[in-house]
Amino acid sequence: MKTFNYHSVKDVKEASKLSSSKSAFLAGGMTTIPSMKLGLANYKDIINIKGIKKLSGIKVSGKTVTIGSTTRHAEVANSKEIKKAIPSLSALAEGIGDPQVRNRGTIGGSIANNDPAADYPSACIALNAVIHTNNRKIDAEKFFRGMFETSLKSGEIIESIEFAIPQKSSYQKYPNPASRYAIVGVYVAKHKSGVNVAVTGAKSCVYNDKNLSDILSKNFSADAINNTKISASGMNSDIHASADYRANMVKVFAKKAVEAC
Amino acid sequence: MASLVGSRVERKEDKKLLTGRGKYTADVNFIHQTYAYFVRSPHARAEIKKVDISKASKAPGVVAVLTGADIANDKIGGLIAGWRIKSEDGSDMKVPAHPPLANESVNYVGDHVAVVIAESLDEARSAADLVKVDYKILKAVVKTKDAMDSDQIYKDIPKNMCFDWLLGDRAKVKEAFDKADKIIKIDIINNRLIPNAMEPRAANADYNPSTEEITLYTTSQNPHLARIIISAFNGVAPENKLRVIAPDVGGGFGSKIYPYAEEVVCSWAAKKIERPVKWVADRTESFLSDCHGRDHVTHAELAVKNDGTFLGFKNETIANIGAYASVFGTVTPTYLFGPCATGVYKMPAAYTNVKAVYTNTAPVDAYRGAGRPEATYTIETLVEKAARELGMDPAEIRMKNFPTEFPFQQTLVHSVDSGDYNAGLKKAMEMGEYESFEKRKKESESRGKLRGIGFCTYFEACGIAPSPVVMMLGCGIGLWESAEVRFNPTGNVTVFTGSHSHGQGHDTTFAQIAADQLGIPIENIEIAHGDTDKGPFGYGTYGSRSLTVGGTAIVKACDKIVAKGKRVAAKMLEVNEDEVDFNNGEFVVAKSNKKKTIGEVAFACYLPGTYGEVKSPLPDGEEPGLKETSFFDPANFSFPAGSHICEVEVDQDTGETKVVKYTAVDDFGTIINPLIVEGQVHGGLAQGIGQALYENCHYDDSGQLVTASYMDYTMPRADNFTDFNLGFTCTPATSNPLGTKGCGEAGAIAAPPAVMNAVIDAIGKEISMPATAEKVWAACNKKNKNSEAA
Ligand SMILES: Cc1cc2nc3c(=O)[nH]c(=O)nc-3n(C[C@H](O)[C@H](O)[C@H](O)COP(=O)(O)OP(=O)(O)OC[C@H]3O[C@@H](n4cnc5c(N)ncnc54)[C@H](O)[C@@H]3O)c2cc1C
Repeated sequence: MKTFNYHSVKDVKEASKLSSSKSAFLAGGMTTIPSMKLGLANYKDIINIKGIKKLSGIKVSGKTVTIGSTTRHAEVANSKEIKKAIPSLSALAEGIGDPQVRNRGTIGGSIANNDPAADYPSACIALNAVIHTNNRKIDAEKFFRGMFETSLKSGEIIESIEFAIPQKSSYQKYPNPASRYAIVGVYVAKHKSGVNVAVTGAKSCVYNDKNLSDILSKNFSADAINNTKISASGMNSDIHASADYRANMVKVFAKKAVEAC
Repeated sequence: MASLVGSRVERKEDKKLLTGRGKYTADVNFIHQTYAYFVRSPHARAEIKKVDISKASKAPGVVAVLTGADIANDKIGGLIAGWRIKSEDGSDMKVPAHPPLANESVNYVGDHVAVVIAESLDEARSAADLVKVDYKILKAVVKTKDAMDSDQIYKDIPKNMCFDWLLGDRAKVKEAFDKADKIIKIDIINNRLIPNAMEPRAANADYNPSTEEITLYTTSQNPHLARIIISAFNGVAPENKLRVIAPDVGGGFGSKIYPYAEEVVCSWAAKKIERPVKWVADRTESFLSDCHGRDHVTHAELAVKNDGTFLGFKNETIANIGAYASVFGTVTPTYLFGPCATGVYKMPAAYTNVKAVYTNTAPVDAYRGAGRPEATYTIETLVEKAARELGMDPAEIRMKNFPTEFPFQQTLVHSVDSGDYNAGLKKAMEMGEYESFEKRKKESESRGKLRGIGFCTYFEACGIAPSPVVMMLGCGIGLWESAEVRFNPTGNVTVFTGSHSHGQGHDTTFAQIAADQLGIPIENIEIAHGDTDKGPFGYGTYGSRSLTVGGTAIVKACDKIVAKGKRVAAKMLEVNEDEVDFNNGEFVVAKSNKKKTIGEVAFACYLPGTYGEVKSPLPDGEEPGLKETSFFDPANFSFPAGSHICEVEVDQDTGETKVVKYTAVDDFGTIINPLIVEGQVHGGLAQGIGQALYENCHYDDSGQLVTASYMDYTMPRADNFTDFNLGFTCTPATSNPLGTKGCGEAGAIAAPPAVMNAVIDAIGKEISMPATAEKVWAACNKKNKNSEAA
């Protein structure tokens, strides 16, 4: 690891001001620190935002669940309120990594990083999330732009994520047997306005499978998508899973999710 | 005192190891210590045109930058292949030079090019980035199967072939095959594995310029071997000036039997710069440069009669030994593999032919089971296929071919002293509820899952080994073991063993043996190992040998103690020596109340006199002190055997395979500590099931290691397993007084075929290891097409 300047800040403004193209915010550090140790990333400044009180916490209103960006995975997994409002979201958090990762990693860090195999981005898409930053609100559909790419601008800080409470929902993940990130994760959520089928792990970035969403909006049953063909084009292919296999898994896990709703 | 042998004594070493009080090589620090960081090849195969260290040498904190040229100048010898194998045509195996720091070429990703030694690890690592190596990149040879037809890696080694070895009789096999009703054939791959010991390799070498002594702390299963190699072959220091200490070691699985380039370089560099040099591998270095295991491509055939009688066996294997021939890299795919490939059966004719090939991958050496897992996977998948093709029950075909008379002269090499294979298999079938399998299968089917059952009956040859036999076969060393039992004057005991514990629990098992032999409490016994300056020369721990060979040496040394004790007690009790018996720690004279405890005798041996008169408790000519040494060279290998039955459930939609029931019945001969033995079986099963379903070392076509971290290399985790159902049978070994056979490797040997046979039974298609979800899914969904091996 190369040497860097460490800053611990108390408010969002200060954090934003210190940031540059050569800095990273330190939330859980579960992505940043391993990449620095492996020499994959080098930063001039590391800005610890865990001390900013208002960034952490869980609020449930009638229609939405709002989670502060530095809220740890373990807190989401164990939150009674979330378990009641959107049980699938707690279950998703419970399935991230291992206890050490869940006790440090944060929701803001996860979506800012936008790993193609991360779990939370699918929740944002499926649950029509709105990402609140220090200067705007971004719809989830517009937030995730590509592999490790979001619409966040330099110095922009995620403050919270606001999820719409669905009628029914389920997240089903086929974990990579080695890393336990998602090889394919499918988040199905049925809202009054229609069904979302968000898929992570399968392509370079999380996406809403419009075709599956449309079919399920009309007929919310696993059988309805039995004969739907999922194209392997654009799907990831690596030593753990070929594009064809991933295409198959999207369907299998979409059905599992619908059945579990 | 009740016998401790056979009881579940809790591991004495666990308190230390579980509370962070262990002392590992990384915990050892010396004053004025420096830190080494190795510059490694990023290419699988390249010529080194030039190594420019000028910038790195001037970087902050750098003490020295050493390269292959320095190694050559100082005439430091290369790393060695420890076992000489001859080809079928009588020619010697071909071995490339393997300098500890590469001089002319690099041959795998991770190969050692230079070492940067600095005041801190960070400085060493930063300076390593400044070492400029000018490589001419060459096309890498990666795939085992294609190695013989690829570019030639070394000038003098045509077809990249180390040897083309034959064990057995081709003509007799041909005769047997000509008479067969049916010939069963398989093509399988034994997947390459990365050992992944919990503790990464490390070395810390301290040189004392006044005494010219080097003290090397290192992660070794075998410190004496490390010393003799670093002295005699690398020429770093004479044996009397090199002390090797392997303190607590966190697992080895074979990968720490022998010294690597790093230990040699640290020792040599410490002497050169006259300061201690410390190196601790990071996890990436472990993946890249620990010797890997397995990696065979095998075609095998079994000739059978219609009634299931085996007539003959053929085994044609290509073994990938990596870029260089490692210390046990050449014996693992030959004498540790070939003899066991005919399995636990009467096999009238057989041969094993192994072509060992070099590739631009990390060297391959012994890994838990070493050769026997490969052998067992071959024969056991073949036998199960024979049962399927003949429409026979997999248990029945096995029992039909089991030997029932012992000693049993096995086809290729071994004379198996004892066993009862029928008893083991029957017990496993009972414990595994074989009879009601169909019911469980229906139940799985009702949930949409496929269920399969697989057998493995194995024997293996371990407890290595009779020195004259292994040396005749090409081994560069003997494989006896030593023990020194040293009474302290106050009656407690230190036992020095030449074997080494790195997870096996010797501190407990060996103490149990000594406690029983000497009749003293286990708390009064300390087991010392892992230091060439303490106790006699020994050969370390691997090949499930420690108890059978090393434990026997302890028994023999204890016998000598008791013999001397009798002589001394007789004098003290004023009787004849033949009137003295030794029971439960007491020397007693029959039909009298005369006795001396062994503690009293020990005390007398060390303080041989009496106040006020000139009177010794020692007989005339007897030396004072009570310490005895024994070197035990076994007369034979030992032959554990067992029957494992595995049931798996397969999800056809995803291809995911779960082990849902696992029964293992093993015959390890006498069991000293069932708790430890069960732990060893559990660990072996985890590795064996890991190989069958999850683990796979993958190099891409350019020779880059894709599975170089836990993000991509699937180490199995606790939740991948079901409860293991363990049972034991016991036919004591006749080749050692304890009757033990060795249990360390059994699980890793037996599990892969048991699991794979179950998977094949479930899906009705042949697939090779590892049965990953995608592979199983593809096989399930490939309609009417027999999927090929890989
Ligand atoms: C062993 C292991 C297993 C894992 N398994 C999984 C898994 O199964 N599923 C999964 O989804 N993830 C997994 N992860 C990733 C984990 O969830 C991380 O916690 C997450 O990706 C990053 O969150 P963090 O809080 O640690 O972020 P950090 O590492 O602190 O930061 C990551 C990036 O996000 C930026 N950032 C952080 N907070 C903010 C903010 N509020 N506003 C703007 N930018 C911000 C930082 O600048 C940095 O670039 C795993 C990680 C590890 C180490």
